[in-house]
Amino acid sequence: MILGDAAKAGALLFVAAILQVAVFNSVTILGGLPDVLLVTLIAVSLLRGSIVGAAGGFFAGLVVDTATLETMGMTALLLTVAGYWIGRYGETTGRGRHAPLLSVGVVTILYALGALLLRFMIGESGSPGAVLLDALPPTLLLNLLITIPVFVFCRWVLELGHITEPVREVQLLE
Amino acid sequence: MLGVLVVLSLVLITVYFRESEDGALHDMQGAGATVLRPFQVGATRIAHPFQDLYDYLHGLVNAKSQRDRLIAENARLRQQLIQRQSSELQIKSLQKALDYISARRFPDGFKPLTAAIVGKQPSQFEQQVVISAGRADGIADDAPVVSAGALVGKVTKVVGHEAQVTLLTDEESAVSAIDLNTRAEGIVRHGHGPGSTLFLDQVPRSEHVAQGDRIITSGWRAGPLSSIYPRGIAIGHVTSVSYPDTALFASVQVAPYVDFSSLDSVTVLVEKPSAKR
Repeated sequence: MILGDAAKAGALLFVAAILQVAVFNSVTILGGLPDVLLVTLIAVSLLRGSIVGAAGGFFAGLVVDTATLETMGMTALLLTVAGYWIGRYGETTGRGRHAPLLSVGVVTILYALGALLLRFMIGESGSPGAVLLDALPPTLLLNLLITIPVFVFCRWVLELGHITEPVREVQLLE
Repeated sequence: MLGVLVVLSLVLITVYFRESEDGALHDMQGAGATVLRPFQVGATRIAHPFQDLYDYLHGLVNAKSQRDRLIAENARLRQQLIQRQSSELQIKSLQKALDYISARRFPDGFKPLTAAIVGKQPSQFEQQVVISAGRADGIADDAPVVSAGALVGKVTKVVGHEAQVTLLTDEESAVSAIDLNTRAEGIVRHGHGPGSTLFLDQVPRSEHVAQGDRIITSGWRAGPLSSIYPRGIAIGHVTSVSYPDTALFASVQVAPYVDFSSLDSVTVLVEKPSAKR
């Protein structure tokens, strides 16, 4: 069952990574990009915990780094930390109905800051203003908009094949 | 678990930076990208109808205002064309009167010399071809090479009657280029992956480069230094623009106008003595 869950989480993240690279990175709405991969990772981490979150983040990051020919390990590092952190949140206090939205909101901002910091550390110049002021607000909005559908879909996929006990009739005894 | 994966990521980043571009990790990345390519193509194809629908609806919403704008723009451009033709005549006569020497501009100042391709390097090592004209024909090192008006590469080695041309698809090739529509400047180079797709590198995210934009050589000049390519040689058109969330520059893919896989002859641009500075 655990392996099956991991495989489903891996498949979900792989599809999300490919869609992100091939499709969603080209969809600019109001100057921002919907980060389906990040939202999927958050959903998987919340539903399956920190270990699956960290491993899934690392795997999805490697897929993105490979497909975009970016520096290997860069996206993997960011997504690993994001997956683990949200997984821990899900295991401890993040069980409310607002947890997905709250997680996506916070992680989208921290992810952008982390990516900027990492780029700065490896010596790639650029305008932080363009990333944080121009692109981040619409990206945050788009990510929040897709959070609930992605979360529902991920939960449905991860619960596929789970055998639940049939509801038995309850007989009241006098 | 977290510690192991973080350390692994840091090791990957370090090794990737320290090794050369033909290192093991780069090779693995290239192989991985090749494996992932069908999935990406599949995803793009699946998403294509939706993107078309989005573009169609988006276009429909703006169709009327766009038509009115284009009618006005057409009238304005017609007027500008008349003014420009008149100005060009005036500029030519003034340049003649002042004995003005203009910057190098394709195709002015160059003598085209067409030569057949007589040899090719194995593509897995170098993207180079050997042509049937050399120093004896007036070809010099770094001469630009075109095919049907579009950039092919440059001469990298010249002997008596033959010359070696390094193609634009070689990993060592880099050309300063400009987007004709947005004036966004960048450097056209070939990615690590297979195929002839080029990338317009170093384009800031703030530049709104669009699909279909034409890319030409920028032909810069800074003091005594100048680009080996004159301004105005067509390179290709933009096929996709994306803004990876961890990148500070836009990722602009350019489809070259030249079909590098079926080249059988090229034109070397030999600088006319009168145009040399």
